[in-house]
Amino acid sequence: MVLNSIEKLLEKYDNGETSLKEEQKLKDYFVQDNVAPHLESYRVMFQYFKTTKQELYTKDVPLKPKKNFVYQWISVAAVAVLMLGIFIPQIGGEPKTFAQYSEEEQEMYLETKEALAMLSSNFDKGTSSLSALGTVSENFNQGVSSFNTLGLASESFNVGAEKASYVNKLGKTTNKFLKNTKRKQVIN
Amino acid sequence: MTQTDFVKLVMPFKDKVFRLAKRLLVSNEEAEDATQEILMKLWRNKQKISDYKNVEAFSMTMTKNFCLDRLKSKQAQNLKIVHSNYQDHNTSLQKEVENRDSVDWVSKIIEDLPEQQKIILQLRDIEEYDFDEIAKVVDMNPTAIRVALSRARKTIREKLTNTHSYGVK
Repeated sequence: MVLNSIEKLLEKYDNGETSLKEEQKLKDYFVQDNVAPHLESYRVMFQYFKTTKQELYTKDVPLKPKKNFVYQWISVAAVAVLMLGIFIPQIGGEPKTFAQYSEEEQEMYLETKEALAMLSSNFDKGTSSLSALGTVSENFNQGVSSFNTLGLASESFNVGAEKASYVNKLGKTTNKFLKNTKRKQVIN
Repeated sequence: MTQTDFVKLVMPFKDKVFRLAKRLLVSNEEAEDATQEILMKLWRNKQKISDYKNVEAFSMTMTKNFCLDRLKSKQAQNLKIVHSNYQDHNTSLQKEVENRDSVDWVSKIIEDLPEQQKIILQLRDIEEYDFDEIAKVVDMNPTAIRVALSRARKTIREKLTNTHSYGVK
């Protein structure tokens, strides 16, 4: 009978002597619904084991790849090289005077100087022709400014004309006034 | 070893690590932290991983040791506050409801077991390891494991039948 074999297995189970296969048999038995009532406590146990096994770890684990430390040191080396580049020329001692150079070097220096002088003189010519253009623009500016003064003059002329019209009006009203007084005198 | 290789290697047993950690540390968050710690440790030593014969058993041993350390440091720093003169009816009601859930009883009973028995029961009855594998993890001989397992199983059943009169009626 099934129940009989299950009870035997349970006894072995309680003594910790069952194999994994036998335990699987027990688990299968207790999963079903019609379990003998006196084995209810086992059913609770096996049910618990089953439900706990379904619990999963859902959190993500941040896995960072190991940094390669060689690359970090490369930047340090680059900075060191730059610093050496800046400081080594100063360590080389005081700069030589002209007389200390060999004749050949001196000659080359003079030639270069001459060539540069020629270049700069040509350059000067260029700039002198440019200065003519500058005077033209200056004259033009002067023209513009005189034009402006003309504008100002015309404006002041307009103002003057307005004032003159006021004077005219004033004259008219005084005339009217005089006429009125004359009429009054006639009536009287 | 690339990240995908590592994930493939770890995938099959990361849940087992988590469940063992939870069995020992009880709290869900603590168990998650422990699992993360274990996986990070494995990742950091990924060069050596190929030297291990059984990565899973090795990780379980690591988990066991890590959690036991954790518990030790917890107990050392833990201050217990005892509420002796005050009763909260709400919590007692809640407890009653909880106790009605028979599956929860089992986890509470297992919580009271000694650590060694907890680990062995977890590995055998939930993760279904064979005795050789368990022997590797807990560093005990198979006979001693059988004895501990038998004790754990009997205690659980006794408490289940005694306290809640299951199967006696």
